[in-house]
Amino acid sequence: MFGLDKKDTRMLLVVAVLTLCAPFILNPFPTDSAMAQFNAGYPDLMQRFVIFGIFAIGFNILFGLTGYLSFGHAAFLGVGSYSAVWMFKLLSMNVVPAILLAVVISGLFALLIGFVSLRRSGIYFSILTLAFAQMSFNLAYSVLTPITNGETGLQLTLDDPRVLGVSATADGSIPVTSLFGLEMRSTFEMVVGPWAFQFNAGYYLCALVLLAVFYLSIRIFRSPFGMMLRAVKSNQQRMNYTGLNTKPYTLAAFVISGMYAGLAGGLMASMDPLAGAERMQWTASGEVVLMTILGGAGTLIGPVLGAGFIKYFENIFSKINDTVLHNWFAFMPDGLEDFVVFIVHPFIGKGWHLTLGIMFMLVVVFLPGGLVEGGQRIAKWVKGRKNKDDSTSATKNPAE
Amino acid sequence: MGILEVKNVGKRFGGLQALGDVNLSVKENTVHAIIGPNGAGKSTLLNCLVGKLIPDTGSVMFDGQSVLGRKPYEINQMGISRVFQTPEIFGDLTVLENMLIPCFAKRDGAFSLNAITSVPSETDVLEKAEKMLVEMNMADKRHMHSASLSRGDKRRLEIGMCLSQEPRLLLLDEPTAGMARADTNNTIDLLKEIKEQRDITIAIIEHDMHVVFSLADRITVLAQGTPLVEDDPQNIRGNPKVREAYLGESA
Repeated sequence: MFGLDKKDTRMLLVVAVLTLCAPFILNPFPTDSAMAQFNAGYPDLMQRFVIFGIFAIGFNILFGLTGYLSFGHAAFLGVGSYSAVWMFKLLSMNVVPAILLAVVISGLFALLIGFVSLRRSGIYFSILTLAFAQMSFNLAYSVLTPITNGETGLQLTLDDPRVLGVSATADGSIPVTSLFGLEMRSTFEMVVGPWAFQFNAGYYLCALVLLAVFYLSIRIFRSPFGMMLRAVKSNQQRMNYTGLNTKPYTLAAFVISGMYAGLAGGLMASMDPLAGAERMQWTASGEVVLMTILGGAGTLIGPVLGAGFIKYFENIFSKINDTVLHNWFAFMPDGLEDFVVFIVHPFIGKGWHLTLGIMFMLVVVFLPGGLVEGGQRIAKWVKGRKNKDDSTSATKNPAE
Repeated sequence: MGILEVKNVGKRFGGLQALGDVNLSVKENTVHAIIGPNGAGKSTLLNCLVGKLIPDTGSVMFDGQSVLGRKPYEINQMGISRVFQTPEIFGDLTVLENMLIPCFAKRDGAFSLNAITSVPSETDVLEKAEKMLVEMNMADKRHMHSASLSRGDKRRLEIGMCLSQEPRLLLLDEPTAGMARADTNNTIDLLKEIKEQRDITIAIIEHDMHVVFSLADRITVLAQGTPLVEDDPQNIRGNPKVREAYLGESA
């Protein structure tokens, strides 16, 4: 289907089902239950899942295929956000032109940065991209204040021109982002017994975009172009002596992944029309590296898993506090309860980074292929056990 | 006029004159061996031919066009393929993918943003690569990771990759270095086969006299960066100067 082989089609369908049914899947616990705090099925968080999924898919096209580790990809995300917000300010609140501009501008920006950074490879390339991203961050934070509104961040105001829209709505407030009239924030709540599932227009736009770009990334991975990118990672010397110019290949991969990042930034601004410089900071660039490696660099689905994993931890683990812990361990004797809470305390709430760090170390040490490798090992183990059962029963049968 | 004409090439690294004044003419459809003791400048000369080094003086003409100042990939696209001393293949890719890449390079040139089609749908290139694998006797290994091949098979694959580009000149840099006797003989047989079946010129740098004398039509002996003699194999064998400079040492 769609020019994909059976395995890839199946994977695309799995991702489609997961993203489209996310409001159900991420809300397994009834609203009033004690476990409700582990529900992740609210629009804000679901949007973040898919937007960072898009960001990581794009990053993986560069890092996973060519092996060039960029430490400055958040710059493209930021540029995408700023471009989108400017489109909302100047043109209209429709998200389509905003997202298109975000992709185009970040692509051009990536062309510029990539052209310079790709003169070097390995660690020097990483440092160059990091330097560029930090320069962009500082420019956005201070020098370019007229464009970026400095530390406050770029926001919509009542006196923005919005040539094709209105500066202010009839009741005097700032208009909201929409897709040809469908408001991004509009949410339909479905109550089934004790459960409440939320279907948000913005989330579904992001999910459809994710599916489209995921499909595109499968096509790139399976194309001759994708094979050349893997060849770049494997042996540049052989590439050069096989009549292939590695530079345009790496630059094209860099620009494509920059455009993915810009798309993510544009979507982010479409969901919540503001853009701040902190989106371009090096920690944001590092986060997408973590997502990709945690999920499995060079695999198709890995980055999406990694993005979901990290965003879930960030939002859910950080909300657990000591009171919650005391509730959980209330069944223990007093002294022991306090002790256990004391031990667990550094890993929750603001300390969730510690948990993430440990997880990351464990994955890199024991599963260098990321979560995807973990899944493959489990599948292999299950299969192996099944085969063993079959073979033992097969040998038994003739004897009987 | 040979297909490859090297005229007065000199190359200096700091105080070391690696190549003095090299003149070399490789005739079309012959096997030309370049031999010489260690440090004679054989590898430097080869690197000057493929664009890795630019000589300080002289000219290198391939089929009437200068190669100087061109990048390695441009020189390759002109029709010069190179086999390395240690096989350079795409270790992370399968054997079939290794063979596909030069076939794509031949068809699509130095760069092509072909992200629309999928590899399995490119039947013409696939057929060509499969055919070359059969010729190289590697068809049964097509889905193996090429890094896990034996040294001899890696060499075979690398030569096959070069041939699938249909080069006019094939440069071999000590193709049997570090190989077991059996692998060396296999490689000699393979090269003999290539020589007989194809319109191809081969220039080979080699230490192993057995390899040189079983393949070469013409031999240039290099010593201290300058060609000592250029002659047919049987005359080289008996030449006292060569004996002194090279064969004498090992005898």
